[in-house]
Amino acid sequence: MATTTTIEPGKRRRKPPLFSWIKGISQVLFTVLVTMVGLLFVTFIIGRVMPIDPVLSIVGESATNDVYEAAYRELGLDKPLFMQFLIFLGDVFRGDFGESLLTARPVSEDLIRVFPATLELATVGTIIGVLLGVPLGVIAAVKQGSWIDHLARVVALIGYSMPVFWIGLIGLLVFYGMLGWVGGPGRLDIFYVDVVPSVTGMILVDSLLAGDMVVFKNAVSHIILPAGLLAYYSLAYISRMTRSFMLEQLDQEYITTARVKGLSENAVIWRHALGNVKVPLITVIALSYAGLLEGSVLTETIFAWPGIGLYITTALLSADMNAVLGGTVVVGLVFVCLNIFSDLLYKIFDPRAK
Amino acid sequence: MSTLLEVRNLSVKFPTRSGMFEAVRDISFSLGKERLGIVGESGSGKSITGRSILRLIRPPGILKADRIDLQGTDLLTLSEKQMRDIRGHKISMIMQDPKFSLNPVMRIGEQICEAYRLHNKASKSQARQKTLDMLDAVMIRDPLRVFKAYPHEMSGGMAQRVMIAMMLIPDPQILIADEPTSALDVTVQKEVLEIMDKLVRERGMGLIFISHDLNVVSAFCDRVLIMYAGRIVETCPADKLHEAKHPYTQGLLNSLPQLEKPVDRLEVLQRDEAWRSAPSIDSIVNTQAKQ
Amino acid sequence: MSSTPSTTKNTQVQSWREWLNSDTPTSRRQAKLSAWYRAWLALRSNPMAMFGLLILAALVFIALFAPVLAPHDPFEQNLAARLTPPGEGGYILGSDSLGRDILSRLMYGSRITLYIVALVALMAPIVGLLVGTAAGYIGGWLDVVLMRLTDIFLAFPRLVLALAFVSALGAGIENAVLAIVLTAWPPYARIARAETLTIRGADYIHAIKLQGAGTMRVITRHIWPLCISSLIIRVTLDMAGIILTAAGLGFLGLGAQPPSPEWGAMISAGRKFILDHWWVATMPGLAIFTVSLAFNLLGDGLRDVLDPKKNTK
Repeated sequence: MATTTTIEPGKRRRKPPLFSWIKGISQVLFTVLVTMVGLLFVTFIIGRVMPIDPVLSIVGESATNDVYEAAYRELGLDKPLFMQFLIFLGDVFRGDFGESLLTARPVSEDLIRVFPATLELATVGTIIGVLLGVPLGVIAAVKQGSWIDHLARVVALIGYSMPVFWIGLIGLLVFYGMLGWVGGPGRLDIFYVDVVPSVTGMILVDSLLAGDMVVFKNAVSHIILPAGLLAYYSLAYISRMTRSFMLEQLDQEYITTARVKGLSENAVIWRHALGNVKVPLITVIALSYAGLLEGSVLTETIFAWPGIGLYITTALLSADMNAVLGGTVVVGLVFVCLNIFSDLLYKIFDPRAK
Repeated sequence: MSTLLEVRNLSVKFPTRSGMFEAVRDISFSLGKERLGIVGESGSGKSITGRSILRLIRPPGILKADRIDLQGTDLLTLSEKQMRDIRGHKISMIMQDPKFSLNPVMRIGEQICEAYRLHNKASKSQARQKTLDMLDAVMIRDPLRVFKAYPHEMSGGMAQRVMIAMMLIPDPQILIADEPTSALDVTVQKEVLEIMDKLVRERGMGLIFISHDLNVVSAFCDRVLIMYAGRIVETCPADKLHEAKHPYTQGLLNSLPQLEKPVDRLEVLQRDEAWRSAPSIDSIVNTQAKQ
Repeated sequence: MSSTPSTTKNTQVQSWREWLNSDTPTSRRQAKLSAWYRAWLALRSNPMAMFGLLILAALVFIALFAPVLAPHDPFEQNLAARLTPPGEGGYILGSDSLGRDILSRLMYGSRITLYIVALVALMAPIVGLLVGTAAGYIGGWLDVVLMRLTDIFLAFPRLVLALAFVSALGAGIENAVLAIVLTAWPPYARIARAETLTIRGADYIHAIKLQGAGTMRVITRHIWPLCISSLIIRVTLDMAGIILTAAGLGFLGLGAQPPSPEWGAMISAGRKFILDHWWVATMPGLAIFTVSLAFNLLGDGLRDVLDPKKNTK
């Protein structure tokens, strides 16, 4: 005799939702805070052990002792290290990174100016990388051992082995120097610079907003090579990870269930398996995006792309410490934020994480 | 009793590093509107047999048979596309562990609706209503809540009922149940079995019940096949199981503890190499005409 | 008669092979050796991995015998023959802007590459091992502090951090190595900690502790040896990344200083001439690519062999 039973779905004890929500948020905030302060501390220490005298770089070599002393005190260098760190912390939280020696402007202003260029480059790179990398990884997993699987493997291995600054140079040589298919270094040809008003700082978006297709086309011809290069690196990583996630999922029993139901192989792969791969893949894409934001240091140098990477390296080579520290903090901050963002997405997409 | 399914000389092989592994070797059997049990130890080929009927042996596995006949259609001659219309629609299967056999990131309702709409032309709201009815039929108390739930929010027994609902909603004629209760708590095993049994009877379906549990099989089935090393070594009516003649079946029976006849020491099954090489027993019950 | 020695030799080889292939090892040493032997056999059947190994063997050979193999002095300038295209005037891969032979510079440069890779591959896993096992075994607040620290370093973009370190410490090979180590250790610490956590609860660790072994002894004698194999796999996979980071630092002028023939710095020097004299920057890039590809191929093969999870598939 079958009887109706009293088993309830989800035997777990439920906490009040508000309480667990507040707890979750405060935990995240605490982690972020500790990581950020740690990050700032490391940056601070790097700034202090620099073999460059920050006073000298302000007052100049020929300053008298009195002037030197005054500047020394003004910078707070006579205070104990811990106090100096607290002052540094306070400045950073007010968004004050000091003045850049190179541009003679506040570092924060410089950063706001250069960051959109990097964001534009990394975003275009990631979009191309995901659009190509995910399908490549899925097909490689489904057709394990086929020519496309081998192709995906070779593509990834080459991506992992190629120095970005070298292949960037070769790309410029071939596609710009020899074939003339793409624009050269920089974001625009010189006579298009400052034609469209800067709204977002991303020229692709700004030119579209202004409806100026000529500038847009020129911007595309300039971004396509560096972004394509970054896209290749993100494709190599994303396709590899997608493949291994897919292989893991295709072995699961619910895949057999889906086949037993009579679903087509396409529905099994793209709806059921990829639906489960989506969750860990978000983290991978976020990581790769963060990697492109920072990894663009070398790419930006090669392509004279006026983004944050180029800003930091130029500042480094001319001992512009405020600019270096400010840039490092911002890049680190973006990194941390992306991590939190992917954590949040994870919680949204994976019903088990709730 | 008419024959629903007839399998003739089925073999399944898997290539391994040390040569071909023959999981199923030349077995033949038939299924009517009855409950057929397939019993054997792990590795005897019983699950592979179940999956072969649905042609779910993935390469590099090799499936060979003279015929797999579903009411006059030889499944082996169908294209993969035609086969998809058989799966779920005509023959369905319930797997061992509902924890792994439900898609963890899809809502229960979505998964059942998907199965229904695949084989029936129905609007979303029709499918939804049908799904809620089906959940009710497998004795789920609060179908609406379960409809919106995710698999991890279910207990094992609940999840297996969901599985039954999902597999029966397109109204198949044959259900293959591959150890449907082995992963469940002992307390809910019986309930799940009863629900399944009731639905199968009501709908006049054929059931292939794969299990290693002799007691369950003899209680729930009409007829039993005993498999060993990829072959059928014995076949008998379920209620005559205790009179089985084959030494392997006897060995299996003797290795079970019995309340009525307690023994100090349970027998250990002694295997005979000869069982492995002996030919498979033909288990086709032909009701139309004797050959 | 004359064939006798070779037959005995053959049977000796045969019995060695049998001993190594035995399913029933009689000693722990035999079990270990036969496991290595089987891993080697599996690796040998992977042509890509063997190709990688071959390139690396060639690289080591070239580095060792650079003075003998190099056709020119890598530092000798010949302004009359500057920017000679490949194959002309006895410069197989051409000459650079100061008329130095690129091939010879590449050969000497392989020493720098190997030096950096070896140092980082030794130091980073050791730092990670120390931090990870201490955090995992001792636990408590030490675990919290060390893992937070690891997270902070992980949160930093690697190249930017390395850049900042090098600029703080001053440019040079040793400082580049230190900077790479400082950015490379956190993943090893994570791996070592995870391994330690699984080992820590094992019965044999309890048994050793009951026998009176102290924390230091348990960590150094019983936990470290078990962490090493997973660290080795990870380090082989990381080698290419190390080479690329080192070359990147060299390219930015923060690694080896001129006139040292470091490959990244050579690309940087050739950058100015890329449009008219492509070979100056192309050749060292090919060298970096070949070597990191070799490391990747070998690492991939090693992972397939040593990772039991993948082996069963």
